[in-house]
Amino acid sequence: MSAISARRTSSAAATRGGGVLPWLALPALVAFAVFALIPLIGVLLLSFTSWDTLGEIQLSGLESWKSVLTDPGLPHALWVTFLIMLLSWAFQTPASILIGVFLAGRQRYRELLAVLYFIPLLLSSAAIAITFKALLDPNFGLGAGLGLDFLTQDWLGEPGLAFGVVIFVVSWQYIPFHSLLYQGGVRQIPRSLYEAAELDGAGRVRMFFSITLPQLKYTIITSSTLMLVGSLTFFDLIFVLTEGGPGDATRALALDMYKRGFQANLMGAACVIGVILVLVGLALALLLRRIGGRDPYASQLEGA
Amino acid sequence: MTATHTSRAAKRPATSGAHGRHPAKSRQRPNWLGGLVGWLWLAVVIVPIYWIVVTSLKTQSNYYLTNPFAPPADPTLDNYRLVIEMDFPLYFLNSIIVAIGTVIPSVLFSFMAAYAIVRSSGASRFLRGVNSLFLMGLAIPLQATVIPVYLLIIKMQLYDSLTALILPSIAFAIPLSVLVLSNFIRDVPKELFESMRLDGATEWKTLWGLAFPLTRPAVVTVSIYNALQVWNGFLLPLILTQSPDKRTLPLALAAFQGGPYGVNVPAVLASVVLTILPMLILYTVGRRQLLSGLTAGFGK
Repeated sequence: MSAISARRTSSAAATRGGGVLPWLALPALVAFAVFALIPLIGVLLLSFTSWDTLGEIQLSGLESWKSVLTDPGLPHALWVTFLIMLLSWAFQTPASILIGVFLAGRQRYRELLAVLYFIPLLLSSAAIAITFKALLDPNFGLGAGLGLDFLTQDWLGEPGLAFGVVIFVVSWQYIPFHSLLYQGGVRQIPRSLYEAAELDGAGRVRMFFSITLPQLKYTIITSSTLMLVGSLTFFDLIFVLTEGGPGDATRALALDMYKRGFQANLMGAACVIGVILVLVGLALALLLRRIGGRDPYASQLEGA
Repeated sequence: MTATHTSRAAKRPATSGAHGRHPAKSRQRPNWLGGLVGWLWLAVVIVPIYWIVVTSLKTQSNYYLTNPFAPPADPTLDNYRLVIEMDFPLYFLNSIIVAIGTVIPSVLFSFMAAYAIVRSSGASRFLRGVNSLFLMGLAIPLQATVIPVYLLIIKMQLYDSLTALILPSIAFAIPLSVLVLSNFIRDVPKELFESMRLDGATEWKTLWGLAFPLTRPAVVTVSIYNALQVWNGFLLPLILTQSPDKRTLPLALAAFQGGPYGVNVPAVLASVVLTILPMLILYTVGRRQLLSGLTAGFGK
């Protein structure tokens, strides 16, 4: 926002344009209002109703809220969501920074690497989930094919292992994108900083921690916001990979919303989860914005 | 990446000055740790992809008997034939219709809005408000609103149609598109707009005759990105359609994998390969612009 005011053109030109310009924004505004803003208000309103997708929608007051908030499934889903968010962030961020710094250097193969790295982002979560399901199959997958015992575990049948698989597959899909963000960030760091540090006799590790990391602050915030808010929306991957199982081990909030709404036909309860998702997303974005001290362009870039 | 990046940097001396363009640390010792992680990660990325392609060329009995990474002794396209006979061309067509139907309006609408927001320079309260709304849309996981969207689509009698997928997808694409496009339109020198105005051009003409051609890289970025999102979208097709003949590719993949042919892993993987191909082509064509556009859109 500050960028806009900093680049303010002469006020005369601005007022002159004021007549037509608002009309230009109208198609986007209408599309956004009908299918994003109204549903946003709708999800709150519907959380006070009950609807089984067949009958009428009926006001039911706080019933859905009470049923969801007292359901032990909710803390579990929140915990699963939080754990997936935190673990995938903690795994992806250091790896992406290291790879990003490496890619920003002058390797001969950098261009080729950037091409290959991006491929996972071209695959749909459904395709990725299907692939890893087949790869990890204990009877016919990689482990059995190679005769490696440690690979022939019931990866998706044990809660702990299934969790690990979800974190790994998420990272497989998104580390490439974030390392490219960091590559861009590192390229923006003025070289004079490194030259000065070199004169002072700083070593490579010292430079990394005293120059590269602090200079990457905004990239870290942007990338983290994308990862954290994006992880709230992991649905298709988990849906195809584990369906929330084994048991409820990987039943994160977005999946919980789908199951309550479209499988158990409790739309009111599902909307309560929807409201919680919106609130968590907003809180995260605001928190990261505060830490970052400027608009981090919070985004659901990683969502479907 | 470097080419577009450099020209952009040269255009904006204020933010990335002369030294900003040089890759940092160019003359230093190699970064061993980064290199190790980088190459290791490359293996982690490539191995499953190699496995998908190799396996899709094997017969089902070969799949169970041979080393998973060994290239097929006699490669076969039978799996691809099976998949194509299984209505995949129809799912392809559905995906293409939804992608084009979403990308063109969302990019045009977003471009007009971004132009209005940048050109009003914050002078119009209405446009400031619109901009804040879109920025808020970025912070909200819009998937959380799918139940009201579902209800709305039913009320509009659009349930189980491709239009039902297109309309919400346009809305979901707008926030990020406006953000990236307005970041780029802001880089067009003010003098150009002024001279267009002195020549008596209307805003409409300036928009399409000046701003649009000048920011084409951003338009390409946003178009590819949105196409990718829609092409790979799963949740909306899952809840807004029902008939098998309205399926888009990701949904068809999931159904195929869960169906009677699902045990035929090579055939499932052949269908995976087929769904990636169009995006791979699109990415190969627009890669430089996509990468530099995304970096610029988020890096500022």
